[in-house]
Amino acid sequence: MTDILVVGDTTNGKLGSATAELIRAAGNLVGDVGVGLAGSRLQEAVREASSMGAQTIYTMESHKLDDPSVYTKVTAFSQLCQQLEPRVILVSKNSHGLDFGPRLAFSLGAGLAQDCIRIGEDDDTGRVVATRPVYGGSAMATVTFSGDGPQVVVLREKSYEPASQDSLESGNLVQVEVNLGSSGDQVKSVRQVGSVAKGVRLEDAEFVVAGGRGLGGAEPFATLEELANLLGGAVGASRAACDAGWVNHNYQVGLTGRTISPNVYLTVGISGASQHMAGCSGSRNIIAINKDREANIFKEARFGVVGDWNAILPSFLETVRELV
Amino acid sequence: MSLDIIVCVKQVMDPETPPSGFKIDQETKQVVQTTGSSPVLNGFDENAVEAALRIKDITPATITIVSVGKDFVMDVVKKPLAMGADNLVLLSDTHFETLDSFATATVLAAGIRKLGEPDLILCGRQASDWDNAQVPLGLAEFLGLTCVTVAQKVDTDGTSLTIEQVSSDGYQEIMTTLPALVTVSNEIGVPRYPTLRGIMAAGRKEPVIYSAADLNIDPESLSPKVVVTDLYVPESNHEVEIISGEDDADAGRKLALRMREEGLI
Ligand SMILES: Cc1cc2nc3c(=O)[nH]c(=O)nc-3n(C[C@H](O)[C@H](O)[C@H](O)COP(=O)(O)OP(=O)(O)OC[C@H]3O[C@@H](n4cnc5c(N)ncnc54)[C@H](O)[C@@H]3O)c2cc1C
Ligand SMILES: Nc1ncnc2c1ncn2[C@@H]1O[C@H](COP(=O)(O)O)[C@@H](O)[C@H]1O
Repeated sequence: MTDILVVGDTTNGKLGSATAELIRAAGNLVGDVGVGLAGSRLQEAVREASSMGAQTIYTMESHKLDDPSVYTKVTAFSQLCQQLEPRVILVSKNSHGLDFGPRLAFSLGAGLAQDCIRIGEDDDTGRVVATRPVYGGSAMATVTFSGDGPQVVVLREKSYEPASQDSLESGNLVQVEVNLGSSGDQVKSVRQVGSVAKGVRLEDAEFVVAGGRGLGGAEPFATLEELANLLGGAVGASRAACDAGWVNHNYQVGLTGRTISPNVYLTVGISGASQHMAGCSGSRNIIAINKDREANIFKEARFGVVGDWNAILPSFLETVRELV
Repeated sequence: MSLDIIVCVKQVMDPETPPSGFKIDQETKQVVQTTGSSPVLNGFDENAVEAALRIKDITPATITIVSVGKDFVMDVVKKPLAMGADNLVLLSDTHFETLDSFATATVLAAGIRKLGEPDLILCGRQASDWDNAQVPLGLAEFLGLTCVTVAQKVDTDGTSLTIEQVSSDGYQEIMTTLPALVTVSNEIGVPRYPTLRGIMAAGRKEPVIYSAADLNIDPESLSPKVVVTDLYVPESNHEVEIISGEDDADAGRKLALRMREEGLI
């Protein structure tokens, strides 16, 4: 009997870290935890999920589910949920974005709490209680469910530490047949156009320097690149800088951009709007260069310099060069 | 042949409002604006309107704007008309004030069914109030339409649809057929400004208004699946260490030294 179903994901046959975070989060709820996995080579992921303490692992084996489109994945998990009738379904806001959870919930006629950062359970009602940032992060809401039916909760990535592999591998393995039919056929992916990623991926970098509207143009980003290279880091940007066309949109950090949690996040000419902070508040040390002492970024930063980056950045860069 | 395009738009609190510019009504668990600034059209919905207008620039099309709510500010919901959209339909009822995503999608689906069978529905990728990114997926499910999310480009030849879907390192080119629903993101580019003529024409145009009764919606069926039990502004009592120097250049040098001291570089 699975009370809480974790929607699992795998990369290259290994359990994704998002799934490990969901397994950890499931520990805050009462009941047996099951993990659903879809794909064709799942042995390694099954073992990992089991050693993270999942009681049951459900596998849906099909080549069509290797690197599935969101459409086929929803079809598979929707069928799994209809069979199991779990009380709670946990989904990560990972690569399928905000998209997978709502699709699954609506296919089940279920309610959904989007983009949560904490979950627990109400002792009286036995229903999930979740906390989530709203209004771009300016406010925080506590939400719960009403009525019957499954409760779908989407968790923001990196809200929980990944579960560690320290349980006895005692999970049951259950193979589940799903009928994918023609799901996903109506949408054809023609081609993937990606920018050639230079250096470290934003999400993996321990040092990120980001520029905003205050930089005034594309040119200063060259200095940020130089700094990032020097420190083995990556460059990010605010939406304002991306919208202005100074850098590509895939530099964008924030609510609708990328979520990062580097050791050092250095911002230059970024005001620190709540929607920007939503993507970087997990950074361990935020450092801000901004000419406005009242800018919100100083409310979140550990160190700050109030002044004009035109003068600050060159001497900063030069000193870093001497130091490293 | 003319394409029938529907764009769903929502009136929201201006997302630039700082926490000092709103308060929380604990009774209704809602955010209430305290400063004089007025609500705005959700930014991504303006992007969706722009996507529709770009299609209309080259293909005969009728663009109908649909919004669910109560207490609409006419200047806000008429902005798409001023930009060049053709019709405005407001689904307005006292029961439509505090709907969750499921109920909003239910009302939108009923409203759109009443209007006919559109070829294309465009929505914003998410509303900047609750950032749910949910309503379009519900709407597509209820209407049995394919839904492609987070587009930066939407082209159609009248039967098929080519979409550039934003991905974390670029975009994916996707093809599907009409009818379909697409959500649009800011990567599509800055929405056009209303023209003076557009503003005048929009001012004269009367919206079509449908109530719950007009749509045969039983208010009971709109009871929320997700309820808000608390809403608050998070406290921050964080202290920043401001590094200063003789001048800006000196402060930059000192920042590097301080960061070195802390083992941050
Ligand atoms: C639904 C929604 C989603 C959003 N998602 C994101 C997102 O994912 N990521 C994101 O970043 N934004 C996002 N935004 C936009 C966000 O609200 C802000 O508008 C944006 O982050 C502002 O970017 P900025 O800080 O670069 O610009 P501004 O807010 O204009 O700040 C520029 C700063 O530069 C400083 N400055 C100017 N000149 C100098 C100088 N010479 N030296 C030093 N400092 C200087 C100024 O003091 C100012 O603080 C979103 C908005 C909405 C509504
Ligand atoms: N009340 C509403 N009326 C019309 N469209 C809406 C409404 N709420 C949401 N939408 C549409 O759905 C998109 C996503 O909203 P949400 O799911 O609330 O984040 C918005 O950008 C709109 O296009």
